[in-house]
Amino acid sequence: MIKFLKSTFEKLIEGTLFLSSTITTLAIVLIIIFLFKEGIGTFNQTPIEDGFSLVVNKNNPVNELTANEIKNIFDQNITNWKTVGGKNDSITLFNIDNIGEFYSDSAIGENFEFLPQCISDYTENNPGAIAFVTTRYTGKGFTGKILTTTKVNISQFISQKEWFPTAQPAAQLGVLPLILGTLWVSFGAILIALPLGLATSIYMAEITSPKIRNILKPLIELLAGIPSVVYGFFGLVIIVPGIQKLFDLPVGETALAGSIVLAIMALPTIITISEDALRTTPKAMKEASLALGANKWQTIYRVIIPYSGSGITAATILGIGRAIGETMAVLMVTGNAAVIPHSFLEPVRTIPATIAAELGEAPQGGLHYKALFALGCILFIITMAINLIVGYVSSKKKYNAR
Amino acid sequence: MKTKITTALFIAIVISISAFAQNVVNIKIKGSDTVLPLSQKEAETFMKKNKTAKITVTGGGSGVGIAAFVDGSTDIAMSSRKMKMSEKMKLQDAGKAYKEVIIANDALSVIVNPANKINQLTREQIEGIFTGKIKNWKEVGGNDEKIVAYSRESSSGTYEFFKEHVLNNKNYGTAILMMPATGAMVQSVSQTKGAIGYIGFAYMETNVKALKISYDKGKTFIEPNVTNAKNKSYPVVRPLYYYYLTKDANKVKTFIDFILSEEGQKVVNEVGYISLK
Repeated sequence: MIKFLKSTFEKLIEGTLFLSSTITTLAIVLIIIFLFKEGIGTFNQTPIEDGFSLVVNKNNPVNELTANEIKNIFDQNITNWKTVGGKNDSITLFNIDNIGEFYSDSAIGENFEFLPQCISDYTENNPGAIAFVTTRYTGKGFTGKILTTTKVNISQFISQKEWFPTAQPAAQLGVLPLILGTLWVSFGAILIALPLGLATSIYMAEITSPKIRNILKPLIELLAGIPSVVYGFFGLVIIVPGIQKLFDLPVGETALAGSIVLAIMALPTIITISEDALRTTPKAMKEASLALGANKWQTIYRVIIPYSGSGITAATILGIGRAIGETMAVLMVTGNAAVIPHSFLEPVRTIPATIAAELGEAPQGGLHYKALFALGCILFIITMAINLIVGYVSSKKKYNAR
Repeated sequence: MKTKITTALFIAIVISISAFAQNVVNIKIKGSDTVLPLSQKEAETFMKKNKTAKITVTGGGSGVGIAAFVDGSTDIAMSSRKMKMSEKMKLQDAGKAYKEVIIANDALSVIVNPANKINQLTREQIEGIFTGKIKNWKEVGGNDEKIVAYSRESSSGTYEFFKEHVLNNKNYGTAILMMPATGAMVQSVSQTKGAIGYIGFAYMETNVKALKISYDKGKTFIEPNVTNAKNKSYPVVRPLYYYYLTKDANKVKTFIDFILSEEGQKVVNEVGYISLK
């Protein structure tokens, strides 16, 4: 009887364990599916907001415009149809707000019932006109030509350099500066945090006395408990003006400021995990090395570090993971200008910061919303690639060591 | 699919909660962070007067509020911009009629570092600076110093308003720095010598300098202050909106009437916005 109870109990525990691992895996898979489903929705959509269209005179030979051309036309950087493959004729922008300049109130109608007619008229009489109007006005009886817009595609999404997701008439979705900004800031952070973190963990694991270590370790772990907004604020008030003065820059919000803040944030992870890894080196190995005549530094360098290599790698991955995915602190100190960075002393915009700053206001299910999910996919792919590469490299190294 | 389930669940919870408290005023307000402090103060004052009323105010941004409004998970959406065409069409598709009320106005100040000797700019000059065509202060009569232009994030209603009314609907330049919050903007402008930025009136502080602005090509420069904003001589004034469903009109009426009353408009001034009258 007791034996039976015992075995049921064991089965129960086994079941619970199985269930929790299944749920976890399922949740992760679901999140990834959701992320990619929303993200892929970005592509094959027109960059023009739903319910609007661009119309031109019906004799205009231009049929299709890219998002970038539309932006330049409405910013008045392109002023001739020839630039976009049309006739040599200047472009006249038509804006619904100043329709009063061309048509009297009675012509438009009290409830704007004749407005579609007016727009139709206007595009007919002005061969160079381009108008951005709601699709309600381009129904039957409309004599102009509705332009098609080049749809968003993956290569454009990744290679274009302008990020204006809320631009009217056409959203500009170029994520290259964001990707480079993210990599740039994370790279800087790792460059600072890895040597510093590794040095500290070696010091704590091998060199210092247990007394000092007992003081240092909780202090460093405390660093991990500080909320990231606090780091961001600290960066904005202390590091940003510091960098500005030190390098005599016009602006202190730079990639470097972001890297420093991220490095400080990644340090506790790197130190704690790699220190734990260093301390797992069996005492016998260390003593054997010392007995063979190696001094302390040689032992650390030739025995302890190679032995705990996988632990240090794990620490690095987690550190990079934290750096790449960190949002709030970076949002506050990097300036968030979506330009391609050329040095560490320039403002950059990272992917997490972009998602955090923009998701709140993006109309749900719209192009901007989906584009932010696509950014999330890119971030996911980057982190995954780094994990795989580091995993591959460390596994190879172990093989060689044997 | 998953979002649909969560939305349905959320709506079910909301319905069951609201069914509990049917005869008391129970209003949920969600949306713009700009309007948030105002709504909170108004709700507080209102609830002090009406003990049975229960008003919950949450921020998140204009777009979040309107999205929740379309889903039906909030009674009032507060917004610092007009509803977009796509959002209107979603409401139309769902067969929901809504009403729009302007509850207060907000004036935008263009600010620079106090060390900057420039005191006034024309709209055209500001447009040049924020579209990236003017890059040095000496081009507008200042010292030989690089201009560092700060903007809010594109999610901000203030961003859209500034673009429409000051930049003449042109896009911001790519090198413009984007700040996540108004407080961060004030901090950065106060510590960067060549900085220029824009903030809501209520956030004005002594460590930055507000510029006089001209909308008539430099004939008259108007200082941003309450009097000039109220008599409409200051050009950069924007309305703050409340949206509610026509079928909820009875439910929200007492609260909105209170905001539009003299007492409610006094609160508007206290919070730092411009009252309607």
